[in-house]
Amino acid sequence: MSSLRPASRGFRLLASKPVSRSSTLLSQPLIASPRVLRSAHTATTRPRLAIAPLSANGGLRYASSMSPAGSLKQTQLHDVHVARGAKMVPFAGFSMPLQYSDLSHVESHHWTREKASLFDVSHMVQHHLSGPGALDLLMKITPSSLDKLNPNQSTLSCLLEDGTGGILDDTVITRLSSDTFYFVTNAGRRAEDLAFLQAEIDIYRSTHGPESITWDVLDDRALVALQGPLAAAVLQPLVKDSDLSTLYFGNCRSLTLTFPDGTTSAEPLLVSRTGYTGEDGFEISIPTAKDSSLPRRVTELLLSNPEQVRLAGLAARDSLRLEAGMCLYGSDISTSQTPSAASLSWLVGKDRRDPATANFNGAATILPQVASPAKTLSQRRVGFTIEKGSPAREGAVIVDMNDESRAQIGVITSGLPSPSLGGVNIAMGYIKNGLHKKGTEVGVIVRNKVRKATVTGMPWVESKFYRPKA
Amino acid sequence: MSALASSFRPMASRFLAQKLPLSAVRRATPVSFPRGSVRSFSQSPFWQLKKYTESHEWIELADNGKTAKIGITTYAAHSLGDVVYVELPAEGLEVAAHEPVGAVESVKSASDVLSPVSGTVVRGNSVLDDQAKFINQSPEDEAWIAEIEVNDPAELDALFDEAAYKKHIEAEDH
Repeated sequence: MSSLRPASRGFRLLASKPVSRSSTLLSQPLIASPRVLRSAHTATTRPRLAIAPLSANGGLRYASSMSPAGSLKQTQLHDVHVARGAKMVPFAGFSMPLQYSDLSHVESHHWTREKASLFDVSHMVQHHLSGPGALDLLMKITPSSLDKLNPNQSTLSCLLEDGTGGILDDTVITRLSSDTFYFVTNAGRRAEDLAFLQAEIDIYRSTHGPESITWDVLDDRALVALQGPLAAAVLQPLVKDSDLSTLYFGNCRSLTLTFPDGTTSAEPLLVSRTGYTGEDGFEISIPTAKDSSLPRRVTELLLSNPEQVRLAGLAARDSLRLEAGMCLYGSDISTSQTPSAASLSWLVGKDRRDPATANFNGAATILPQVASPAKTLSQRRVGFTIEKGSPAREGAVIVDMNDESRAQIGVITSGLPSPSLGGVNIAMGYIKNGLHKKGTEVGVIVRNKVRKATVTGMPWVESKFYRPKA
Repeated sequence: MSALASSFRPMASRFLAQKLPLSAVRRATPVSFPRGSVRSFSQSPFWQLKKYTESHEWIELADNGKTAKIGITTYAAHSLGDVVYVELPAEGLEVAAHEPVGAVESVKSASDVLSPVSGTVVRGNSVLDDQAKFINQSPEDEAWIAEIEVNDPAELDALFDEAAYKKHIEAEDH
């Protein structure tokens, strides 16, 4: 499971799928008895798509595609994308780059694994939370041991619904100082997250006073992710005063960038060693208060050597994160799952598992699941490797090969032919408890044919996070 | 056209709303597109043998007037991007017009290939079994997907000719 940990904020990148969620998850609830699943069987037969899906979204479905094109928001880097030949698609209410004209999806994927890619993830929601109540609040709405984080250290976490313990969103939370936090949530969950946070903060303030918490949504900031084995080599010359070899995965620094003409960025950037591709890399939060052109200037600076760094879009981001075994909110996880139901029990801090003291949302539901998953969970999230042929994608039904009635025993939530594995079909999904062990052979229905699939450990491509040498 | 085709249109136009620079187009511009149809035309003064569908398949009737090859257009291949798997139809499969006669998979999406007319599958193009990428190199020529025996060659009359198809994709582009 540890390999999943970095599943960092990336989830949110592709996370805007409430629409598909409601048609897929609600019609065949993942937390359901096999009988319920069976009744939903027909809902997930072959996609009736003409050449259509080639279209922009590609296997991804975007909630925002339901809204009129004119209402799409643009990130601070929109002009850069257009100038560099991006194929822009609606995503989470934004017009976002799917891929760029210089590299195909597969080429861009390989480029990221071999060199470095720059992703614009400015659509994601950046938050700043501070005050004497900040830690208490965050420890109520997440199951993480945030009190154990050192300054400038971050962790993958999730926002939990009160009562149910369902995952409202996944998030990476950084502790900037003892009572100051920075965290990033999914663009596709913006409305739900903001309403949830506002309600929780209001409750907290009503007992602790209006000054107990200060919350800012940092809408004026851009966010880019520099990912790949060359990421540090690309960034280091631009931050001369800081030695990146001592900035490890899950840590951040506030750094001033030096431009080729010797000038420096008007404000420092928040540079976090993290990512959503499984590669070493950084996510860079860029303020615009003093220099509105800073996102563009930083981006162009990072892209100055096209032999090392290229822009990459949502298409590569999705295939990279799946190979790394990372969840996509809205596909692989939703409010219907608790952390344990999503095989993310490790998100629950070790010292937060005592029912006598646990006070986070949904603890009463979640802690028994963490303690005895086999007894409490009906399904598990696992990886699958599927035989050669049409890839199993989101919504594909998993069946028991030995059961002639082909009763549904699970469902695929993400799947594609893995570029790094030469096109081997990989997928993530939920399967009935008991059939989740590695090596279990099951069937997946793709285009009305049963394909052989094997439960496989994740990730498929080993993560290469930069950690201190043991 | 079918519901499938009409459901495609909004998707396509969204996709095509982005003008790709020439460097992107370069990857998928086999010369076969115009040349193929011109040749057929000149050999058969009575029929225009290569036709196109709204959903971006092409069909070309052989000189025998009975069998036809079906594939996806250059435009579709380019839109798809890297094709990683092609599902070929089984020999003897009977298809109605607008029914799938195969499927094309890229990393990010799956697309049915719809038969432009009704008929019976003679064979799939087995070259694509091992070399799906071929679709990106020669979509309107050697990388045909299925050969079928058509029920009625007259069914081709209702399809787009080259000029109409060009207009169709230009319209989608704008």
